[in-house]
Amino acid sequence: MVNSTVFAPWEDPGQTPLIRIENVTKRFGDFTAIDDVSIDIYTREFFALLGPSGCGKTTLMRMLAGFETPSEGRITIDGKDMAGVPPNKRAVNMMFQSYALFPHLTVWDNIAFGLRRDRMDKDRVAARVEEMLKLTQLQKFAKRKPHQISGGQRQRVALARSLAKAPKLLLLDEPLGALDKKLREETQFELMEIQEKTGTTFVIVTHDQEEAMTVASRVAVMNHGKLVQVDTPERIYEAPKSVYVADFIGDVNLIEGLVASVGELAELTWAEGKAPLIGQSGASLKAGDEAVFAIRPEKIAISREEPEARNRVRGKIVDIGYLGNLSVYHVQLPDGSYMKCEVGNRSRVSRRDYTWEDEVWLSWTDTAGLVLPS
Amino acid sequence: MKRLFTVIPYAWLIVLFLVPFAIVFKISLSDYAVSIPPYAPTLDIAGGWQAVKDFLGELDFENYVFLTEDALYWKAYLSSLKIAAISTVLTLLVGYPIAYGMARAPEAWRPTLMMLVILPFWTSFLIRVYAWIGILATEGLLNQFLLWIGIIDAPLGLLNTPTAVYIGIVYTYLPFMILPIYAALDRLDPSLLEAAEDLGCSRTTAFWTVTVPLSRPGVIAGCFLVFIPAVGEVVIPSLLGGSDTLMIGKILWEEFFSNRDWPVASAVATILLLILVVPIVLFQRQQQAAREAEQ
Repeated sequence: MVNSTVFAPWEDPGQTPLIRIENVTKRFGDFTAIDDVSIDIYTREFFALLGPSGCGKTTLMRMLAGFETPSEGRITIDGKDMAGVPPNKRAVNMMFQSYALFPHLTVWDNIAFGLRRDRMDKDRVAARVEEMLKLTQLQKFAKRKPHQISGGQRQRVALARSLAKAPKLLLLDEPLGALDKKLREETQFELMEIQEKTGTTFVIVTHDQEEAMTVASRVAVMNHGKLVQVDTPERIYEAPKSVYVADFIGDVNLIEGLVASVGELAELTWAEGKAPLIGQSGASLKAGDEAVFAIRPEKIAISREEPEARNRVRGKIVDIGYLGNLSVYHVQLPDGSYMKCEVGNRSRVSRRDYTWEDEVWLSWTDTAGLVLPS
Repeated sequence: MKRLFTVIPYAWLIVLFLVPFAIVFKISLSDYAVSIPPYAPTLDIAGGWQAVKDFLGELDFENYVFLTEDALYWKAYLSSLKIAAISTVLTLLVGYPIAYGMARAPEAWRPTLMMLVILPFWTSFLIRVYAWIGILATEGLLNQFLLWIGIIDAPLGLLNTPTAVYIGIVYTYLPFMILPIYAALDRLDPSLLEAAEDLGCSRTTAFWTVTVPLSRPGVIAGCFLVFIPAVGEVVIPSLLGGSDTLMIGKILWEEFFSNRDWPVASAVATILLLILVVPIVLFQRQQQAAREAEQ
């Protein structure tokens, strides 16, 4: 995020959040879909609800839209309690995963649909629709029916339709799920641009961590109906508070052990006769606790000579994955476990430095890894 | 082999529709005669070319002229169209809510509900219409029930009225209305209704702006499936309608079996078919348009 250094209303106690989700629980019969979740979302935020399928993120979004009511707790939008307010009376619009475009209406009429419900006069409807068509570059397709345009265009129609009423809050349910990878990446940046242009608060539901990291100002990671961590993408990635988050977002090497000491840095003993691993202490831990050392593959250096760093392990290369921009080395440690190490391919080398079966050292700095409660 | 499969339907149509129709049309151009068969002329191929010529020379459109001269016939045609139209609207009004309820019912119930709609087809149509006599008669079940709960003081004279004909047609053709509407509603993506609500519709406006237009193909198909056979309906007006219920099917029956005037009866049938060709062609067009829209 470009503007995350300046845009951080959640750190300003003087700011009032646009949306407050307070101790919300949702049960369907015996099943608890949402378990005591509290989140504050601020105006102009691009907020991502991230988690595996069935984690409750969609239910939470549907409660914001008004399609579900909380079993317990309270949702306020712009200071107003939303209890009992039906979807058509909320200043909230939703972009559906299936896009839910009306097949009997043209692109133009789909976008105008919500405006007409407000009994807006014809000229203003037309002006607003044209504005939306321009924003989403759909002018050429205004007269087509949804089945006459491509998937990417349909996605933009759905976006234009949900933005037409200038909602205070726009909900996006897996908005890019149906697009292929390349189009998805382009559209992510388009979404961010549109969000900035319109100044609308966006809440996006996704199971794609890359997507959440790319677009969001803050990411809420959910699992089994519970909120695991809410933070900026950088902090979610660099300072996950649990093994679950560290593992869910990106690639990570996890080493189990016991906490030897905690201070500025924590030490973790992990194998007989090996020096303890040193890393930042992720959460409240005390000596003797079982813990997990988490280290991202790209933070590990690979070398033939024994390095200076305190965190170093020796192993044998068993597999090399060449991904173009980087190479991934799978290294087997003497105890049989594996570690992944990523090295950027910054120059075009015809000759590899390391090859299969090579004995190498892996090392990383004291602050590169995290000691997390297991 | 493939060619054979395309030939079969055409052969079927020619043998079972075009040939009989040609015979009926030919009889409609003949004259009434006290003979067996009860019309003249008859073609005698043995007479050779001259016989064919004579035969063709004797055919004329007299019967059609006759149909225009007697007000009974065009009144019967108009009355049939009117009764069929009103019945179609009534069937729609009864059938749409049923189809809607079925489409909205829990998934597990739907096969049972579908079964209940189709179930009446398992008994003879004639017996079911007879059963309505038992229900609608002065001493019938309906009157007894209404008298018992005290809504009426004297039995209603329902049987042998146009009302009874409407009840009979609506009852008989209801499944033809329900099934296509149900099929259309069942295909409707529920997220479309959520989207409509999300964009500011109440449940009611969402129904009128989304559900109704999207179920239109089903409604149109259902209306044609009821209207077309209802125009030529014979049994229902004969059994439930009184002598004042004028329907062309009944006239046709009487011409044929009471008057034994085959030529006039054939002319009546030919005109009826021509009248029905219009809605049938419209129906085919609509079906094709619906298929194209789906692709």
